[in-house]
Amino acid sequence: MNFPTLLFYTFALLVVAGAVGTIANIRNTVAAAMSLVLTMVSLAGIYVLLGAHMIAVFQIMVYGGAIVVLFLFAVMLHGDEHEELPPGRMRLVKAASVLVAICVMAGLVRALVGFPELPAAPVGFGRARQVGIALYSDYVLLVEMVSQVLLAAIVGALVLAKRKID
Amino acid sequence: MIPLDHVIGLSAVLFSLGVIGVLVRRNLIVMLMSVELMLNAANLAFIAFNRLWPGTDATPVLDGQVFVLLVITVAAAEVAVGMGILLALFRNRDSADPEEASLLKW
Repeated sequence: MNFPTLLFYTFALLVVAGAVGTIANIRNTVAAAMSLVLTMVSLAGIYVLLGAHMIAVFQIMVYGGAIVVLFLFAVMLHGDEHEELPPGRMRLVKAASVLVAICVMAGLVRALVGFPELPAAPVGFGRARQVGIALYSDYVLLVEMVSQVLLAAIVGALVLAKRKID
Repeated sequence: MIPLDHVIGLSAVLFSLGVIGVLVRRNLIVMLMSVELMLNAANLAFIAFNRLWPGTDATPVLDGQVFVLLVITVAAAEVAVGMGILLALFRNRDSADPEEASLLKW
């Protein structure tokens, strides 16, 4: 096993650990958000190993930074609340849903195998230059549309978070 | 070389963990985090498949990576609007429990 493969398995372990920490932490939502940071940063490491250098930078900036800070703001604005176990019948339903999700996961993992070996990446694959050229030549319309989505989201968030509309 | 089977397997596991989080947790903030986990699972699959078909030196193919950028942007927008809704809900219902938001429930 060479070094990148070893790194991949390390990061994969961290990703799963962070995800489990996010969904299983019923006491402390801040700790759940911190587990989410672990997941996001480890995913960025895997992106680098898969040749997506630029995306890894964005992953850390947007997910590890901005989005988790938003979550933390939400937690701190209305305080942490303890989550009790749901009443009897609901508990059964939730256990059944977890079982179904695990079965789906097992099915996916079993079905999605047999991919070929990864080929050698082109020179400079996934670096800022190539991603930038792709964004502003083939996908320039997409970039403009996404900027509209962001603008709409900003306005929408402001309207929703405002105390009273006058 | 990193085995692609295992990358896609990791993506499936991450997605399922996100599904479990949305189904089981009763805190809206954590449910939104689980949605982010699912989006990241999709992103990982996009990046892995883009690495499987990277194009050539002269014409590199970056469709998957550009799509991931798009997903990251939409996720940021989604979280911003989701937090706005959450704050509005919390202001009216004083709780982040989705069971409390039952005004429209029959």
